[in-house]
Amino acid sequence: MKKIEAVIKPFKLDDVKEALSEIGITGMTVTEVKGYGRQQGHSELYRGAEYVVDFLPKVKVEVVVPADRVDEVVEAITQAARTGKIGDGKIFVMDVEKVVRIRTGEEDEEAL
Amino acid sequence: MKIVTADNVFIFVSTAFVLLMSIPALAIFYAGLTKVKSMLNTIVMVMVAFGVVSLLWLMYGYSLTFSEGNGFIGDLSYLFLHGILPSDPAPAAPNLYHYLFIFFQMTFAAIAVALMAGAFVERMKFVSWIVVCIAWATLVYFPVAHWIWGGGWLSQLGTLDFAGGLTIHETSGLGALVGALLLGRRKDAMMLPSSLPLTAIGTGLLWFGWFGFNGGSALAMSAQAVSAAFVTTIAAIVGGLVWMGLEWIKFKKPTSLGLFTGIIAGLATITPASGFVDIGGGILIGIVGALVCFWAVVYLKNRFKYDDSLDVFGVHGVGGMVGALMLGFLASPDIAGTKGVLYGGGFGQLWSELVGIVVVGFYTVIVSYVIFKVVDLWLGLRVSKDDEQEGLDETIHGEKAYVKEY
Repeated sequence: MKKIEAVIKPFKLDDVKEALSEIGITGMTVTEVKGYGRQQGHSELYRGAEYVVDFLPKVKVEVVVPADRVDEVVEAITQAARTGKIGDGKIFVMDVEKVVRIRTGEEDEEAL
Repeated sequence: MKIVTADNVFIFVSTAFVLLMSIPALAIFYAGLTKVKSMLNTIVMVMVAFGVVSLLWLMYGYSLTFSEGNGFIGDLSYLFLHGILPSDPAPAAPNLYHYLFIFFQMTFAAIAVALMAGAFVERMKFVSWIVVCIAWATLVYFPVAHWIWGGGWLSQLGTLDFAGGLTIHETSGLGALVGALLLGRRKDAMMLPSSLPLTAIGTGLLWFGWFGFNGGSALAMSAQAVSAAFVTTIAAIVGGLVWMGLEWIKFKKPTSLGLFTGIIAGLATITPASGFVDIGGGILIGIVGALVCFWAVVYLKNRFKYDDSLDVFGVHGVGGMVGALMLGFLASPDIAGTKGVLYGGGFGQLWSELVGIVVVGFYTVIVSYVIFKVVDLWLGLRVSKDDEQEGLDETIHGEKAYVKEY
């Protein structure tokens, strides 16, 4: 099993969610996060004084899937979250050792 | 003159309007511009100033301001409102009940002091603020208001100030500047508005309250009162649009905060002149008020690096002085009989205004300096660095503006 963490632009969340439901991904965890990469920050102006915001608001989507579906899911997220402009975000893929569904005690892929 | 019921109705309502300007209008206008971690402290600073000064007003403030005394300060004949009956007519306005006149003027004294809070947000010790309120009202506001409104020496010289351009906006603006210099810059001397929509509501409520502030300053339900409220609104509209336009040209973005700030600049600038100028004068004052205050807020403050956090000096201090000066040019004989330079009245009125501005300015700066210096040596003006960083809501009040449940 693999966990896919995608840090995306907040307004792309709906598109990503729909793209994932279309390929049958039925659950995900979403967190509001802040960060910056190559895009760096942006600036705001209050009464003529510039305020540089280093950390930009992003949304982190976490999905855990069977290992053989990783490429498909990464592709779906990439398509849905891309605007082509700087700041579209990143996707991280990592191993997951174990999954337990709390209600039933089912484990691993049965619990996904 | 007999008690006039219509006038009393109008001033009674105006009193509530001016109260609304402090509570909650000014409090939330400022709070919306404060960082989220200190916004409650900002609200409390304004409201406590209002409360403390109102009590002083009843104890000795009214007496020092409006009793005869000498040219510099009133006497103590009305100490604790001694001997005044609710049905008595007011000596300064015999068409009004004395109680109502005292009540109405109380809201002016209170907001004059509360206004200064905007320059000290996010870093001032609460107990020191209370002491400053008491000392400043007593040593700056009461004497200056006596000079101009209480029959003191400036009123004898002919200096006019319809609703408080000098007595309120100039004094609080300069007091704010001096206090900000002695307090020093915040660790993070940036304006990070916690809620501009809150500031928008504050702007609207201040504007609404200004009907009582400027209109009510006619002290009667007269044509002058209507004219004052009308030109006030015109100056606010023009001020807001001009400020926003300046930002659009200069910074490529017309900001909401620029619009709100321009509205307040227009309101502050028209204040001393509101009962003397016509609609055309109001438009001109709105334009010039926005231009000069914009320069003070964007350029002057940056050049000298003082941390007048929410621009009390830049908007109110500068606006009040500019408005008083413009009254000398623009006073129209059709409104209250006063002729400015442009109406062939010569330079007499302008000179009286200039003397008023300069003398009130020097007096305010010197006395404010002494007050802030003494309070600093005695109690300290600033909270600790850690408290400032953590935010004053938590460290002073033990609260948060927005509580998360888990």
